[in-house]
Order: sequence, then structure tokens, then C-alpha cells
Amino acid sequence: MDTIVQVEGLRKTYGATVAVEEVSFEVREGEIFGMVGPNGAGKTTTIECLEGLRKPDRGMIRILGMDPQRDGHTLRERTGMQLQQSNLPERMRVWEALNLYASFYPKAADWNELLSQLGLEEKRNAPFSKLSGGQKQRLFIALALLPDPQLVFLDELTTGLDPQARHAIWDLVRDVRAKGKTVLLTTHYMEEAERLCDRVAILDHGRIVALDTPAALIRGLGVEERVVFNVDGTLPAGFEKALSSAVRLEVQGERVVVHGKNGRKVPLVSDVVGQLTKLGIQFLDLRTEQPTLEDVFLSLTGREMRE
Amino acid sequence: MKSLLKMTWMETKLFLREPVGAFFTLVFPLMMLFLFGSIFGNEPTPMFGGQGTIDISIPTYTAMIIGTTGLMSTTITMATYRENGILRRLRTTPVSPLAVLAAQVVVVFAMTGLGMLLLVTAGKLVYHVRFEGNAFSVLAGFVLGSLSFFGIGFILAGTMPTARTAQIVGLVLLYPMLFLSGAGFPRELLPAAVQKFSAFLPMTYVVNLLRGLWVGEAWGKHLLDVGVLSGMLILGIIISVKTFRWE
Repeated sequence: MDTIVQVEGLRKTYGATVAVEEVSFEVREGEIFGMVGPNGAGKTTTIECLEGLRKPDRGMIRILGMDPQRDGHTLRERTGMQLQQSNLPERMRVWEALNLYASFYPKAADWNELLSQLGLEEKRNAPFSKLSGGQKQRLFIALALLPDPQLVFLDELTTGLDPQARHAIWDLVRDVRAKGKTVLLTTHYMEEAERLCDRVAILDHGRIVALDTPAALIRGLGVEERVVFNVDGTLPAGFEKALSSAVRLEVQGERVVVHGKNGRKVPLVSDVVGQLTKLGIQFLDLRTEQPTLEDVFLSLTGREMRE
Repeated sequence: MKSLLKMTWMETKLFLREPVGAFFTLVFPLMMLFLFGSIFGNEPTPMFGGQGTIDISIPTYTAMIIGTTGLMSTTITMATYRENGILRRLRTTPVSPLAVLAAQVVVVFAMTGLGMLLLVTAGKLVYHVRFEGNAFSVLAGFVLGSLSFFGIGFILAGTMPTARTAQIVGLVLLYPMLFLSGAGFPRELLPAAVQKFSAFLPMTYVVNLLRGLWVGEAWGKHLLDVGVLSGMLILGIIISVKTFRWE
């Protein structure tokens, strides 16, 4: 599989502030690669260095084998970019924006097709200022897809969108990848990274603190999983000792939470249900809580508020 | 080239959709023309060297349009495009910043020209204005005056911190000039002290040049005007290229 993006030892400072330090990673063809991190972790700086919008102080960047600083023009013809903060003129209509931007590329995709693919057909004649947040983002995705790019950069694509719009955009990103394109995105929604990305780099204070598939990151953390249920009556004393491996029990009235280490031989839930059945204890509303990427993220970057 | 044409056409449509800018460039000068025409008519007056009020108003209102498009339209458009991230978005495409600037200049210039054309047409049809100059000379003077003022607009857009400040500074520069340079009112009506002060206003040189060329005066009589405007144009290009920012 081809390497589409290669970054080694990237460093970028703004005055005395080090925004990005020693960042190295690779993105392979056909991958959805995500960068997550708290505000100010260096995600946008990194992606903007890759896009050629910022000049790194140090480090090597190759996009489709090219240097964004030296071959910026060619790269802008062959990559699609959606920026965190950008706009179109308020009175520019949707079709006009697509028609205009299509003229910038030597081999532009058919914008009429993009218009219907992104569900903007009925907004064709709407001025930019009258679009909702989700529609604006869809238009920006359409613009990013206009060059028929091999690689698409999406910077905080769903920030500020409602859940429906966010899910719709995830589907769109998956469609983009299904067409064989590579996607590099940043987000601060862990759920988004977990559901969408093949691999995730967690950035903090300008450095990559973890990089793997979401599942491996969660497993690697060894965060505990939980089984939660309500009992009819009380749980016999020593219930937890009957389980196959060590757990911690938390009882609040009739509500019981069993905490167990992740990665056990017998899944915690079948262990618990097995014991409850064996002892003939009536239980209700049983569910399991798996650790998520958010748990991994918080354990790596801490819980204090950042701004 | 294809993208430059598309961008120019797009900017033309956007200009016409912006009601305030289109009004002050295309409609307001005509309203002034008809207002003063209905008050004073266009009879030859000794004060204007045998010209009528409307005869001298065509070149001076043209200077007014140049001031409006240069200091308002150019400034506001470019500063807003930068502030709102519209230039940022363009920067992610292969399009050159020069194409962005060129499209803007072409459109603002064409709209200024359209404003003048409307004035001339209305003046001819309604007031039978006298024209004793050379059309090519007037056109050349118009090009020089316009471009030198667009330069100021680009400098403001590039140097002011926000679009709002750029707009206010543009207005603060524009208004005194409209009243004191002889653009909005004939300079002959202004007191002598104000007429002296007007030598410090760039628009005065546009007014002098266009009024002179309109009645067929030689370029040689307007070397000072041409010198000042050319200087502004050259400075404008240098400074606006140096201060151009994508974001």
C-alpha cells in the first residue's frame, strides 16, 4: 500500500510558543486517519503545515511524494482541503461557488454530480449566507472534492453541528473513502474519531502521545469494563468472589455496578449473568459499558479544563 | 485565464447584488445629476467659464464615483474577504493571488466606468451636455484617476486590522473629499480658504484632470495632476503588493 502522507520530526513555533514538536506519522492510501487532541494541542497547525499553508520550522513533510512548500501549486491541484475557518461571499449561490471553484482545477470533478451526492440539489440557488451550518460544511466538502483529489484534508469538519448533520457528514466521509481517496481529518469529538477513523493520533501539547487503531488504543489502555444492573431484592454477600476473576463491586440500593479489568478470558458480562442465573437472582436492565476512545483520551491528556 | 474570467464574472454579479455599493456607484450620481439639473438647469454660466452646471458635473461626479468605488467598494470587499476567510479558502486552490486582485480591479473599474457611462448618457439625453474634449483623452484620464484611487483602497484593505476599521477609515477619507475637492459641488462655490486646502486632497487632482480634459484642455496644462495621480498609482501598487495578506 502506498504512503500518501509522510511526516518526520515536524516542529513549528509561534514566537516563544511551541505549537508542534517532534511530530512523525504516516498515512497510507485509502485510510481515514484522524488527529485528535484538546484545543491548542497542535492539530490545526500540523494539518496546515501539511497543506502548505504554514511553513514548518523543522522536519520533513511529503504529500503524494511532494514537498508542500516547494510543490505547493501541484499539490493544491491534487489535494482537497476543508479549512477550520473559512467562508464564501455571502451572496454567492451554491452552484456559483461550485462552478467558480471548478474552473480553478485542470481536471475538475463534475460539480453537478457532487451537488446531488452531497444533498445540496435543492439548495442550488441559495446564497451562502442562507445555508445552515451543516449545509455550509457539505458545500465545503463538495469544494474539497472538486479537484477529484487523492487526498482530502478535513479540519474540524463537524464542530458546531447537530447530531443529525454530524452523522450525515460521517456517511459522506465514508463514501469519499469508498471511492479510494485518502482522508486526513482532525476532530475534538472522540466519538467521531472512534467511529470514523481507521487510525488515530492523539496529540497533546504539540506531541503525538498515542497512535493506533481506535480498538487497539482502547485495549492498550486496559481500562476496565463495567456491567450495570438492578437486582430484585439484595445480592448475596460474597457474590463477587464467585466470579472467575477479580472484580470490584459497587452497590447503591438495588443498583449494582461490577467493575472488571478489560481483556479477561471470560467476558465479564457472561460471567456475571452466569452467576446471577445460577443463584436464581432476578435482575433487570442489565447493560455493559465498554471503555471508549474518550476514556483513553482523558487518561492520556488529563481531565483538567483547557483553553 | 478561464478562472480569471469566471472570477471576474462572479465578482460582477456580487457587486450588483450588494445594494449599497451598487446604489452609490450607479444610482446616486444620477440622482445628484437630476437634482442639480432641475434646480440650476444647464445654461452657460460665466462662473464656470461659459459651461453649464451639468456640463461641469459630468466630470466631477465621475471623480465622485471613482472615490466611492476606490475607497468604499475596493476597501470593504478586500477587507471582508480577508477577515471572513474567503481569501483563505481561495488560497487552498491553485489560483494565484494576482488573479484574485486582478478580478477585483477589473470589476470595480468596469462598474466605475458604467457609472460614468450612465452619467454621460443621462446628461446627453436630458441636458444636452456640451463636450469639447477628446474622448480618448478623457478615457485615459479616467483610467489614471480610477487606478490611483483603487490603490488607496487596496492599501487600506491590507493595512487596517479589521474590515470594520477599513470601512470607517475609507469613509472618513471619502466624505471630506466629496465636499471639499470640487467633486460633489463645483469648487467655484467653495470659499477661497477651502479651495487652498483642497490641494491636499487626492480627489482634487482627479477633478482637475477630468474637468480639464472634458473641455478639451491640453495634457500639458495638467502635468501636476498627472504627476500626483501617477505617484499615487505607483505607491499604491507597491504598498498593496507588500501589504497583501491572505488572512
